[in-house]
Amino acid sequence: MNTYPMLKKFLPQGRYTLMAAPFLWLGVFFLLPFLFVAKISVAEGALAIPPYTALFEWLDGVLNIRVSLYNFQWLLDDPLYIQAYWNSIKMAFWSTVYCLLIGYPMAYAIAKAPRDKQTVLLLLVLLPSWTSFLIRVYAWMGLLKNNGLINSALMWLGVINEPIQMLNTNFAVYIGVVYSYLPFMVLPLYANLVKHDNSLLEAAADLGAGHIKRFFTITLPLSMNGVIAGSMLVFIPVVGEYVIPELLGGTETIMIGKVLWQEFFNNRDWPVASALALIMVLILLVPIGLFHRIQNKEGGL
Amino acid sequence: MAQRFSFSRLMFWVGIAFLYVPMLILVVYSFNESRLVTVWAGFSGKWYVELFQDQQIMTAVWRSLQIAFLSASAAVVLAVLGSLIMVRHRNFKGRTLFSGMITAPLVMPDVIIGLSMLLLFVAMGQMIGWPANRGMLTVWIAHTTFCLAYSTVVISSRLREMDRSLEEASLDLGAGQIGTFFSVTLPIISPAIISAWLLSFTLSLDDVVIASFVTGPGATTLPIEVFSSVRLGVTPKINALATLIIAAVSIVAIASWYFTKRMNDRVSTQLAAS
Repeated sequence: MNTYPMLKKFLPQGRYTLMAAPFLWLGVFFLLPFLFVAKISVAEGALAIPPYTALFEWLDGVLNIRVSLYNFQWLLDDPLYIQAYWNSIKMAFWSTVYCLLIGYPMAYAIAKAPRDKQTVLLLLVLLPSWTSFLIRVYAWMGLLKNNGLINSALMWLGVINEPIQMLNTNFAVYIGVVYSYLPFMVLPLYANLVKHDNSLLEAAADLGAGHIKRFFTITLPLSMNGVIAGSMLVFIPVVGEYVIPELLGGTETIMIGKVLWQEFFNNRDWPVASALALIMVLILLVPIGLFHRIQNKEGGL
Repeated sequence: MAQRFSFSRLMFWVGIAFLYVPMLILVVYSFNESRLVTVWAGFSGKWYVELFQDQQIMTAVWRSLQIAFLSASAAVVLAVLGSLIMVRHRNFKGRTLFSGMITAPLVMPDVIIGLSMLLLFVAMGQMIGWPANRGMLTVWIAHTTFCLAYSTVVISSRLREMDRSLEEASLDLGAGQIGTFFSVTLPIISPAIISAWLLSFTLSLDDVVIASFVTGPGATTLPIEVFSSVRLGVTPKINALATLIIAAVSIVAIASWYFTKRMNDRVSTQLAAS
């Protein structure tokens, strides 16, 4: 076989150029930006355009490097920021649990459906996530309002006399988050569950294990990679979520994404916004690493 | 395992209802005569007429479509190259870094991507004078970057499943490497390329947070436009817009599913016949 060495050098001439293009793009437009976030987080805010002080300055022939940890000090001193981080993590955690509780049975049902129907069922779950995210959150605004459909229906049925305040509460944020992120939970779980070997279940059934026992001793442990991948796909973005708490949440909903947005756009404090982002990345480093490892193991990338 | 009643099947349909009912209600109320979103006052298409007369929204729609088209196209080209690297060259220096860079945008919160990109553009503008202004170009760059991540995942999984003996046969028969790539590899992975392109297109059309950071005056995209009007409350015009978006996405999704299925069927029948 003399083709193999040729294949090994598949596109040999252009190999390095080919390699360079996506690598370079991600290096410049994804990795490099984080260095700027880090840089600006140690700068001081200033009334200038752009509104921060320079890190390096050439003054009278001397290179001045100004690093200020003031922004981090500021974040630690104000309980608002710490509370925002804590709230975000808490909301992301519970949203992940709710998505898992709803998404697992859904993924299981698709994986157990006849082979030719699986694509259609999966498409049914994914289709809403292709329509605008904003529109889906907006749909809930109309439903959850005080004079919205849910309150009107409950009042008409006589269950309640006064409308319940649902919009602008944490409850509404949970609904919005679970609604928006459910497909991200179902997809990796389905991809995992569909690969399971049925003979294990049959063997367990032969040995006398019931439905529930088989699920907890075989299916659930085998699907752990899918559970972790799906959970990370929900947890990580929700920590930084901005749109949902802004549209559905109220004054009680203090989340870090919203605080960052306000620091940046309303207070125009770029260094504090950068420091907030940097700490968020540090918090998310472990879950992101976990997701990456699972992806590699499952052969996703 | 046939079951009379299964908990998971029940949950599936409950979940589907949860996903679809709010959108169906939105669609129904987009034909409501009344300005009050909750009071039904008869069938009317007047919000659609108002929507099409809204010059600001129409400009934003066109701009968003352009950005989505360009971002999806650039992302797919880069993703094909990226997938070839990931799948064909399993051991090269910096592979971990590269695969990390590809998966990270999939999960990284939007506010962080948006903020970091803006800071990059500002710093580059100061240092090398490019990009001088923020607008469509910077939004295109930002969208291409995160679409590249999604596209690479879709395309590389298809490339991994591909039967390499077809390429070997083509090379044996004297086709050059570039010829083999264009006449064998590319057609085989084309369903994945199409779905990656469509996914990127919808992701770009959908993004509000990143675009808000990296855009400039005069380059408002549709989601930014919708977001600012939705923040002020529920307006029936947005219901009409939402309905059109839902309809468009459904048509594209069903069509792409159908074509992918037909293409897969054709490939498998050809393989079975040969």
